[in-house]
Amino acid sequence: MFDALHYTYIQNALLAGSLVAVVAALVGYFLVIRGLTFAGHAMSHIGFAGATGALLLGVDPVFGLLVFTIGAGIGIGRLGSNVRQRDIVIGIMMTLTLGLGSMFISLYHSYAEQAYSILIGQVLGISQTDVLVTAIFSVAVMSVILILFRPLLFCSIDPEVAEARGVPVERLSVLFLVLVAITVSMSVQFVGILLIFTLLVGPVATAMRIFQRPLWVIVCAMFLGLSSIWASIIVAANGDWPVSFYITAISFGVYLLVRVLSPLWIGQRNEQCPSVLFTPADTLQPERGPKQAATTQVSGSLQEVSH
Amino acid sequence: MESETLQTSVPVIDVEQLHVRLAGRTILEDINLCIAEGECITVLGPNGAGKSTLFKVLLGLLKPSAGSVRVLGQPPRRGNKQIGYAPQHRVLEAELALRARDVVGFGLDGNRWGPGWPSRRQTSLIDQALEEVDGTRFANVPVGQLSGGEQQRLLIAQALLTHPRLLLLDEPLANLDISREREIVDLITKVCRQRNVTVMVVTHDINPLLSVTDRVLYLANGHGALGMPNEVITGATLSQLYGSPVEVVEALDRLFVVGAQI
Repeated sequence: MFDALHYTYIQNALLAGSLVAVVAALVGYFLVIRGLTFAGHAMSHIGFAGATGALLLGVDPVFGLLVFTIGAGIGIGRLGSNVRQRDIVIGIMMTLTLGLGSMFISLYHSYAEQAYSILIGQVLGISQTDVLVTAIFSVAVMSVILILFRPLLFCSIDPEVAEARGVPVERLSVLFLVLVAITVSMSVQFVGILLIFTLLVGPVATAMRIFQRPLWVIVCAMFLGLSSIWASIIVAANGDWPVSFYITAISFGVYLLVRVLSPLWIGQRNEQCPSVLFTPADTLQPERGPKQAATTQVSGSLQEVSH
Repeated sequence: MESETLQTSVPVIDVEQLHVRLAGRTILEDINLCIAEGECITVLGPNGAGKSTLFKVLLGLLKPSAGSVRVLGQPPRRGNKQIGYAPQHRVLEAELALRARDVVGFGLDGNRWGPGWPSRRQTSLIDQALEEVDGTRFANVPVGQLSGGEQQRLLIAQALLTHPRLLLLDEPLANLDISREREIVDLITKVCRQRNVTVMVVTHDINPLLSVTDRVLYLANGHGALGMPNEVITGATLSQLYGSPVEVVEALDRLFVVGAQI
């Protein structure tokens, strides 16, 4: 089975795949804590129109992908933080661009296969140039996120106080989504547009069930992403099924396993701080905190609107 | 020595004829404030009266349309470490895996670039802040698992981390039951009296804070009245503010504001 490792195309796939897994874990963590997982997923669909449009123009689809996803990222960043409104707008844009993309495909039947690989991913066909490009983008995205780490985490948790402390919240929002756009464009070659969630969100979601602190979650997600990509490429190289299938299957399998087992250690964590959960005054009104606070939050944002 | 006396005589907040307009609406009109060091001011008023807006102006997040504002002798600017701020109670999500001490730590270096390395000095500052709000026992618990009162104490700890001279608290008592309320009021009292920090608290109900309040700022209809509680919270003053009949009823040692349009 491991003979496959001798082939250049497999080595390319492993290299590029590793880079993408690492970046996707880092970016995906922020995507999850900022509640932007749907936006991330939608960006890949919006990118689809860019990719197929680029094919129509005879240009490398990755450029079309980048242009459209970055544009989508900037647009989403400026939509503001009202989640329901924002997600509706994103959904509408997404379906529009999907329709656009399918129209582009119908115009040129000869490009259908390339379009298919954009949808599903085809990592086993990438060249050394692709690896180099992926490496450059990966290093760039990771460096920027590392520089932005503290303020980005801060305004993801608490945008109001962050702003009061001088963090440029809106600009960071938009910049982050541009980084997501680049990561999505890079990841599409592996899992395709339809399955982007599995690289960006899957490992992070699993890691969050195991660890608490951001650093641990991110490192764990990187590890999970790397393992699933390596396993998928090696297994797929020996068979006929697409790599993206294996990536999603492994990702899901691991998540399910961790999810089912997680009450074992989460229960222990709770036991370590009994006073936190069982003080009499709190148990008198157990649901009061989050639900009513949510109401306060809603009225708070309504106030902003009326102001 | 001379500069010390100069410093204590400069008001912490000096606002003259402040006007704030937002989206075509006048939120605040002709507001005048002079607040000295170590005072505890309770800011009252109906929803939309401009209480949070006033805070935003003091924090440099909002530019006034007219008037002069000086905070600690300087015009307001964003990221002023001398001001601690805890906005209206937010829901810190249940899945959020950040520990209480991590969230508190943001108050120290959350606005600095780079990933940051944990340092012993920072950890001890965070420990001190947590101890001050009696939060040491939940320092390592994920914030999502904390009760409303504990989250509130945490947020105050975060605001206190840079040893601010001015503390702005927006609705710190919202959604807390009586015993938790008292904890927060005791905390505010301690910070104000022992540390000589000027505190401004926005709230809907002054009663829990009557013991620590020095003066009241009542905002309504875009106007404000600043003074002792028994001067401001009277039928006469409030009727003038609202522009319509308001009565203040005192019952069971508590004050109730009653009016047609409130």
